[in-house]
Amino acid sequence: MRIAIASGKGGTGKTTIATCLASLLATRGERVTYVDCDAEEPNGHLILQPSISKLHDFEVSVVAIDEEKCTGCGRCSRACQFHALACLNETVTTFPQLCHSCGACSLVCPEDAIVEVLQKRGIIREGHAGPVGFVGGEMSVGEESVTPVIRAVKESIPNDGTSILDAPPGTACPAVEAMRGSDRVLLVTEPTPFGLNDLKLAVATAGALGIPADVVINRCDVGTTETQEYCRDANLDILLEIPNDRAVAEAYSRGILPTAAVPGFRETMLVLVDRMIERIGEPSRA
Amino acid sequence: MKELVVLSGKGGTGKTSIVASFAALYESKVVADCDVDAADLHLVLNPRLSKWRTFSGSKLALVDRDVCTGCGRCIELCRFDAIKRESNAEDPLRPKCVVDPLACEGCGACVIVCPAGATSLGDAATGEWAISKSRLGPLVHARLGIGQESSGKLVTVVRTQAAALARELGSSLSLIDGSPGIGCPVIASLTGADLALVVTEPTVSGLHDLQRVAGVAKKLRVPAVVSVNKHDLNPDTATRIEDWCSESGIPVAPLIPYDDAVTDAQVNGLSVVEHSDGPAATAIKELWRSVREQIGL
Repeated sequence: MRIAIASGKGGTGKTTIATCLASLLATRGERVTYVDCDAEEPNGHLILQPSISKLHDFEVSVVAIDEEKCTGCGRCSRACQFHALACLNETVTTFPQLCHSCGACSLVCPEDAIVEVLQKRGIIREGHAGPVGFVGGEMSVGEESVTPVIRAVKESIPNDGTSILDAPPGTACPAVEAMRGSDRVLLVTEPTPFGLNDLKLAVATAGALGIPADVVINRCDVGTTETQEYCRDANLDILLEIPNDRAVAEAYSRGILPTAAVPGFRETMLVLVDRMIERIGEPSRA
Repeated sequence: MKELVVLSGKGGTGKTSIVASFAALYESKVVADCDVDAADLHLVLNPRLSKWRTFSGSKLALVDRDVCTGCGRCIELCRFDAIKRESNAEDPLRPKCVVDPLACEGCGACVIVCPAGATSLGDAATGEWAISKSRLGPLVHARLGIGQESSGKLVTVVRTQAAALARELGSSLSLIDGSPGIGCPVIASLTGADLALVVTEPTVSGLHDLQRVAGVAKKLRVPAVVSVNKHDLNPDTATRIEDWCSESGIPVAPLIPYDDAVTDAQVNGLSVVEHSDGPAATAIKELWRSVREQIGL
């Protein structure tokens, strides 16, 4: 069972909800893995502080040319849709940063002169935070393309048990890649005009992927009631409304799991756990 | 003409509220909303919308069902897992290949290998962009198609249109609202800008994400200044952020206190400085004076 925690708007509380949900599910004896898919700005490890048992480089294969074999015919540069190869005066120059590792150049090269070399684009961390399994990706600073890192993170998810995927903000390809393949998506929003606008985009994204979505409204007592009205009209279930609580924000600001630090917040989040379990069934035991 | 880009690393730190206030405080500018996959600035600027123009920044594989023999060569070669066989009602023994438009990156490998010539590349509907008028001046903004690739290319369109318009109007500033993260849309909004204002929050995540986005600015040789929003939420962490900035040689601009007026302004469709004279509005005015001096306006 995979549940993605997404939002559209940034800073609505995805990581707070995802880490709390994972740790509470784990205390019930489930096999639970928290998966940090926000590989541009991963924050889950700051809250869960996992001990890392496996740290590996994430590498992608990018285009390179075997100069001995290359005749400079230029078929590769014409085939490449991403301008990762340019052919000028029968000499091919590569731009590995632009390479999508699609293999189109290898398919058209008549001389077998395309080689693929590995280039580091980030790291993948695996470990445990108490009973919670942890998998997280971190793209290297200066890289542009985060989607392959997210794909690699998802490949490291254990096949059994429940995984909670902390998605990046937005509705572009990184958020889509994080959500793709999940059984449900939980959209965390706040009842402000920005929160609502971006929630609508996130709902459309989940819809395009065919994933059923539910909503959590964080800081439910700020802003307006328009978000509740929208959810009612769009037939979206609001699984939890969390009042604005400075103590929760302070715990998060110090990198402490709010369910462990803020009186009453554990009970609030247990309501969400029960409602999720009503939807997904009791997850398999560890 | 100067380009100021407002970034954060972490989402939800207040970029858009600050950009809207800067727009209200400075006359000679064009505003560019470069957070194209979750654009919110129009909710405050309330522009009179002019025509949306379509933009295609990438390709998408298309399969001609009448020609496809369902051989599956494309499925074997697609590295994005974007093609699947789909049952064919007319001939149940001959499934057809179909493309998942959200997974397809438009590389064309399937076009190269298809023995039947059933696949081709078409333009993907990346998004739309527009130049609109608002009470706070011209706004260049965009909407990315759901789940589309090429958000960086759409950001580049918005940014170049805003810069061109600013030059045409004789404005001295292109004021860019960036997106969270450090990936392609951020790099597209930051490369070659005159100054990056990084707005963070006093949390361990805020500091961590600031360090990463400041690393990108350094690589791109764009000078950065930092402000901490809601700094009074955790003064100790705010101090740690200021300490890290001074160790890293990054100037710290005036900080902004927590103020309910920020959300109230948003609910009323106004920028903070239009809506309130409270502590956040006062701090944002000081922040603008400092940023203006830094960028040389």
